[in-house]
Amino acid sequence: MKPLFLIILLAVFSTSCKVDPEIKPELPAEGISEVIPEGWPQPYYRFTENVLTTDRFKLGRALFYEPMFSADNTVSCGSCHQQFAAFAHSAHQFSHGVDGRLGTRNAPALQNLAWNPSFMHDGGVNHIEVFPPAPITNTLEMAETLPNVVLKIGSSAKYQALFRKAYGDDTVTTQRMFKAIAQFMGTMYSYNSKYDQVKHGTASFTASEQSGYSLFVQKCASCHQEPLFSDYKFRNNGLAVNPTIRDSGRTHITRDLADLYKFKTPSLRNIELSGPYMHDGRYMTLMDCLNHYTNSITPGATLDPSLSTGIQMSTQEKTDIIAFLKTLTDPQFLTDKRYSEITP
Amino acid sequence: MRLSLFLMVLAVAVSCKKAAVAPPEDLPPLNGAPASNASLKLNISHVGNGNPLVLDPASTYTTTNGDTFSVKLFKYYLTNVKLTNLAGQVVTLPGTYFLVDESDPQSKAITLPNVPAGDYTGISFLIGVDSARNVSGAQTGALDPAHGMFWTWNSGYIMAKIEGSSPQSGNSLGDISFHIGGFSGVNKGIRTVTLPFPINAHVHAEHQTQVNMTGDVAKWFSGVNTIDFAFTFDVTTISSRSRSIADNYAGMFTVTSVVN
Repeated sequence: MKPLFLIILLAVFSTSCKVDPEIKPELPAEGISEVIPEGWPQPYYRFTENVLTTDRFKLGRALFYEPMFSADNTVSCGSCHQQFAAFAHSAHQFSHGVDGRLGTRNAPALQNLAWNPSFMHDGGVNHIEVFPPAPITNTLEMAETLPNVVLKIGSSAKYQALFRKAYGDDTVTTQRMFKAIAQFMGTMYSYNSKYDQVKHGTASFTASEQSGYSLFVQKCASCHQEPLFSDYKFRNNGLAVNPTIRDSGRTHITRDLADLYKFKTPSLRNIELSGPYMHDGRYMTLMDCLNHYTNSITPGATLDPSLSTGIQMSTQEKTDIIAFLKTLTDPQFLTDKRYSEITP
Repeated sequence: MRLSLFLMVLAVAVSCKKAAVAPPEDLPPLNGAPASNASLKLNISHVGNGNPLVLDPASTYTTTNGDTFSVKLFKYYLTNVKLTNLAGQVVTLPGTYFLVDESDPQSKAITLPNVPAGDYTGISFLIGVDSARNVSGAQTGALDPAHGMFWTWNSGYIMAKIEGSSPQSGNSLGDISFHIGGFSGVNKGIRTVTLPFPINAHVHAEHQTQVNMTGDVAKWFSGVNTIDFAFTFDVTTISSRSRSIADNYAGMFTVTSVVN
């Protein structure tokens, strides 16, 4: 076992809460355990009231890939959150729900969600366990009702067996489903990119990556804060309002005009693979994104003050920053079988 | 064994900081109060202008604005029940979360379990769900989001809901729809209701005392604030208008009798 991994494990055990002694945290391999990588802040969501077990995690994984969540049994969470795309929707500006209905926001990457204080681009969902009802009941996405989901899952022999293993009996409730999904989503950890290895001294940046990192720290990191590469705040980053969607952003939730056109700062981990980019998926490439910050910041009353004059970057600097951003790709996360769609 | 179990529980309780929030404002039962097997029955009848509420377009009720309306759906949360005893002490009944639905007779006959025996002079409860339970993740029972009383896109419970129609409604189909939510801030939909009993409720194990209470739907539109359906007919987000409705429904209940 690698020493770094041992250190992380030790750190986890020494900082993690003591739980019911009968349910021992299990080690990665088949199972899953809570991880707080060295140097990271405490996660926002802990598993103190949703004790991690391999069987609940596995139930959550099965539910994540379960199309019965949708009205016509065609769309699962995994349909629009694909592992190889860091659980974003590859090559999709917007995702299609049942009947080919199109949503109005880009499916974000999913990783390190235990550190997220809120969910959705507008932060409307306040807890990881109450995330699933949003896409399930959204008429543009899964367009299903919660009672129907309980009925469908509850009458499936496969799930009766999985619920018995996870909870001791086959009673299906939304609470059991959502807590199991929180075990799956809340343990999607990405912390082994080249960037992380450089931080731990087990790899080194190329000259271009190193230059890009220095520029990133100088020009980008005030919002995309290390080590999670987000401050989880809501900001207007100067995108021109899409006239067909007119998405008010955070104001949709707070009803406060001071929040107009503000969206949550996204993490940049695995950004190489999670495009298209921005809340409405308007940019296809990382260069498009950087060009936005140099060339096309739209002024407005709620524009983030840090962007009032845009960000100055030369073409070479952009190339270097992109080289650095690609070091945030975590191949282990993208291929980790524990997160993959399973065939039982 | 008992002791070691207790120590274990204590250890867990001490070492585990609760994730985000304190539990709902449950105070422990009164010091020295024995565990009780006595209960109290809370029977709720819904009325409109004093007449029984019927979920039927033909049954109409009148607001102080002079608007008439009918009701097809009426649901609300009644939670965090407390009783006041003769000594003036407030006794919290932990875990009291109920979803009252006009179309479900059982939901209007609430059993309050584990009430310490004694004489009580009044009751208080929340209309709505306390803020703690709005931010603590997946809930079950009365708080299961499958009951249709939970906003999925802006997490939080709908505290109370009324849907129906009115010829005065500004809606082209004559619909009126009020989904009142919000668990924090000035426009929140949670209201505390405190009601005296007309006579003391004598709670003891041998016999279940009944408290009969009415809730008047007309008060939603005619209490502190007069609602004009021409302008206010569809309130399904948190705003000063939802606050006005909540200020009104805070006054919809009356305890009509106590049967010991």
